[in-house]
Amino acid sequence: MATATFRVWRGDAKGGKFQDFVMEVAPGMVVLDAIHEIQSSQANDLAVRWNCKAGKCGSCSAEINGMPKLMCMTRLSQLPLEKPITVEPMRSFPLVKDLVTDVSWNFRVKEQIKPFRPRKPDAPDGTWRMDQKDVDRVQEFRKCIECFLCQDVCHVLRNHHLYDQFIGPRFFVYAAALEMHPLDVEDRLKDLRKTQGIGFCNITKCCTKVCPESIHITDNAIIPLKERVVDQFYDPLKKLFRVFQGDK
Amino acid sequence: MAEYETHQHDVLVIGAGGAGLRAAIEASAAGVSVGVVTKSLLGKAHTVMAEGGIAAALANVDDRDNWKVHFADTMRGGQYLNNPRMAQLHAQEAPARVRELEAWGALFDRTQDGRILQRNFGGHKYPRLAHVGDRTGLEMIRTLQDHGIHQGIDVHMECTIVTLLKDGDRVAGAFGYDRERGRFKLFQAKAVVLATGGIGRAYKVTSNSWEYTGDGLALAYHAGATLMDMEFVQFHPTGMVWPPSVRGILVTEGVRGEGGILLNKDKRRFMFDDIPPLYKNQTADNPEEGWRYTQGDKNAKRPPELLTRDHVARCIVREVKEGRGSPHGGVFLDISWIKEKLPNAAEHIKKKLPSMYHQFKQLADIDITQEPMEVGPTVHYVMGGVRVDADTQMSDVPGLFAAGECGAGLHGANRLGGNSLSDLLVFGKRAGEYAACFAKEHSAVSVNPDEVEAAARQALEPFERESGEGPFQVQHDLQNMMQDWVGIVRREEELEKALSQIPVLWERWRKVSVGGNREYNPGWHTALDLRNLLTVSEAITRAALERKESRGAHFRDDYPAKDESFAKVHMTIRKGPDGEMRISREPASEIPADLQQIIEEMK
Ligand SMILES: Cc1cc2nc3c(=O)[nH]c(=O)nc-3n(C[C@H](O)[C@H](O)[C@H](O)COP(=O)(O)OP(=O)(O)OC[C@H]3O[C@@H](n4cnc5c(N)ncnc54)[C@H](O)[C@@H]3O)c2cc1C
Ligand code: SF4
Ligand code: SF4
Ligand code: FES
Repeated sequence: MATATFRVWRGDAKGGKFQDFVMEVAPGMVVLDAIHEIQSSQANDLAVRWNCKAGKCGSCSAEINGMPKLMCMTRLSQLPLEKPITVEPMRSFPLVKDLVTDVSWNFRVKEQIKPFRPRKPDAPDGTWRMDQKDVDRVQEFRKCIECFLCQDVCHVLRNHHLYDQFIGPRFFVYAAALEMHPLDVEDRLKDLRKTQGIGFCNITKCCTKVCPESIHITDNAIIPLKERVVDQFYDPLKKLFRVFQGDK
Repeated sequence: MAEYETHQHDVLVIGAGGAGLRAAIEASAAGVSVGVVTKSLLGKAHTVMAEGGIAAALANVDDRDNWKVHFADTMRGGQYLNNPRMAQLHAQEAPARVRELEAWGALFDRTQDGRILQRNFGGHKYPRLAHVGDRTGLEMIRTLQDHGIHQGIDVHMECTIVTLLKDGDRVAGAFGYDRERGRFKLFQAKAVVLATGGIGRAYKVTSNSWEYTGDGLALAYHAGATLMDMEFVQFHPTGMVWPPSVRGILVTEGVRGEGGILLNKDKRRFMFDDIPPLYKNQTADNPEEGWRYTQGDKNAKRPPELLTRDHVARCIVREVKEGRGSPHGGVFLDISWIKEKLPNAAEHIKKKLPSMYHQFKQLADIDITQEPMEVGPTVHYVMGGVRVDADTQMSDVPGLFAAGECGAGLHGANRLGGNSLSDLLVFGKRAGEYAACFAKEHSAVSVNPDEVEAAARQALEPFERESGEGPFQVQHDLQNMMQDWVGIVRREEELEKALSQIPVLWERWRKVSVGGNREYNPGWHTALDLRNLLTVSEAITRAALERKESRGAHFRDDYPAKDESFAKVHMTIRKGPDGEMRISREPASEIPADLQQIIEEMK
């Protein structure tokens, strides 16, 4: 059986370093298996966050050989095993310990986005009618497993640290899902422009590239939202209308 | 003196899966203060993994469906050991609970006329499962999460409860630690709702996540509540078997609902060989009829692949045991064959089963639109759990409620697919409602500081033991033992062997030591979870030994038939005065005449 070296980040908020672990690899193994193996036989206190081990919960995000990925969906057979495989925590969030980061910022951001508000039911029994094709578009966004890998990779957060002014790709997807929801009647465009920083996104598409759910974050969510923002705020007629409504 | 942070809530909900979130939303709507504790982050609970759908007799696809049919299906599936009142409430209230999700933003797949689409599933007479492709659980948990965060609920993420606290007979709160820093937290509450999910991690091959260590069941048991039906552990017939690292991961029943068939190594569709009498009238006479059923032909009967899970799982075990299995010890599940029937089959499969397509492509290098999958049974669900009152979900301990997978009663000896997600909604809501009532009607409680002190001391013991083995080895040995001796096919000698091993494992657990510090330390977490795993494993083993017959998910090789004397009996488990586990047989609740009549009509 082949062996491989895993170069795993060990440390906490105060600092840390890589530690090498050598182990045997079995067919079909994913990176999370290797981390578990290390945890059970070599380092009982190695911290890692995971739940489903099936790519469904978005807990096991990390940077593997520098690439933001889910550990449970990254097979060793896709990695060059002759070199050490580096496994690091997501670098855009504060480190808790080893591979675990503090992602609570994301949960706080979500609370600031106006919730779903449906139109009045279509039928007397309180239900609605929707076409599958209108639902399809939003279902793409609702596949999001909140792994926050897109947040991790976005330079506006990673390099420019605009956590107070920019909600990040995950929450543009979330806002798009609400804005394009066939039943929703809420307006979130002003917030997107003013406090949620959609203008900071310069469409580099890095987020789309790392999304494990293959959501077309930029093309299907961010760009249409930007267009709506532009339409609403820079369309002269609508602008005039807003002046009368007293909205600035 | 141990240091801890104190939180006060009227209602404390332990668990943030479907049941916990639904309970919290309801309690909060009743105007009491609510706290939710969860071992993982919000939105990551096991519910997120559910694939197939939510069972509710909406009758959008087949207008012959109604709550009575759903009720009768649930009772038949549970071999009539279900609590009839729960099965009734569940069938009656599920449609409203599903519609409510839509009002909160869930986007289910649609019918032609724009209503919620429903699909076929094992044991359900009509297409009944509201779904979103094969990621229904994600839709459900995200809807509840996104709605719940605006209801003024306090959420304590990555916090694990290790013990419940009492004031006299009443529950008074809970004590736990936060995973991040390992600091202790005390929650004082007038009512506590357990919504902690299942026990799958007691076994080696399971579709369940690390969280499924039976915490709620063990917490309730140690607090004096009664456990019931613990012998009924559901093995899902189709888990992945290859490669080894993915063994146990679920392959949704939806694959069979969409026309997937089971084959042995000789390409024989073996499910046609053994159809139980209770289901003869409802099963297709030939493959052609089965196919028509999956494609929505209302006059066709369902294919034998969609018989109840216990039966399908045992048929697979038989094929493997008799040498007709697939190369890695499973059987074949083939959906690619539908290309004989549909022009654009590959696209159709990818659209209907996107996560399955991905899962096999990514984890096993298999393209399910072109070749069959290899599958075998995996531990999936526990029908047993905390015994509760049907209407209120309160356990035997005043103020302690349980809902969702950790509660018992709805599913009897075997759960139908899709009936869990609806269970979470219906009984999560009820638990929240009645917990809020209880909190309003009762005076404040106080916790005993000595009890808290003792709990803190016990939690820290693994750090103090100098030399001892690590927790992971004990956990592996327990999982192997349960898999081998208390698994899908059971017999007396093996169950006895397991029972004699359990004290040995308890002894090893008492000596477990962990290194490192309290911050995010999985070794420590595992050491603490082990106590719960050992408690539930012992309960399962004792109950399995006591039920000397085969019924539903419980199969005894030495008593392969049903035995009438067990037909109306529950195995119940309580903690005895000296801390020993006591099992007793208790009569099942009588089925009232009106419900019995429904059952007869639907036979
Ligand atoms: C792969 C898979 C597919 C499934 N598909 C379907 C399906 O299609 N249809 C269907 O009806 N059912 C399905 N099921 C079953 C169903 O998903 C589960 O039974 C259900 O989600 C359980 O929900 P719950 O709310 O009871 O618990 P969970 O969703 O598991 O939540 C438990 C919560 O309790 C918390 N918790 C546990 N212990 C503690 C503790 N000590 N302290 C603090 N918090 C704690 C956890 O962190 C978690 O938040 C499936 C199950 C699996 C595994
Ligand atoms: S496209 Fe926009 S949101 Fe996505 S990574 Fe680039 S800047 Fe960030
Ligand atoms: S959009 Fe994609 S990458 Fe971003 S959090 Fe969701 S699933 Fe992860
Ligand atoms: S553990 Fe759930 S996505 Fe990896």
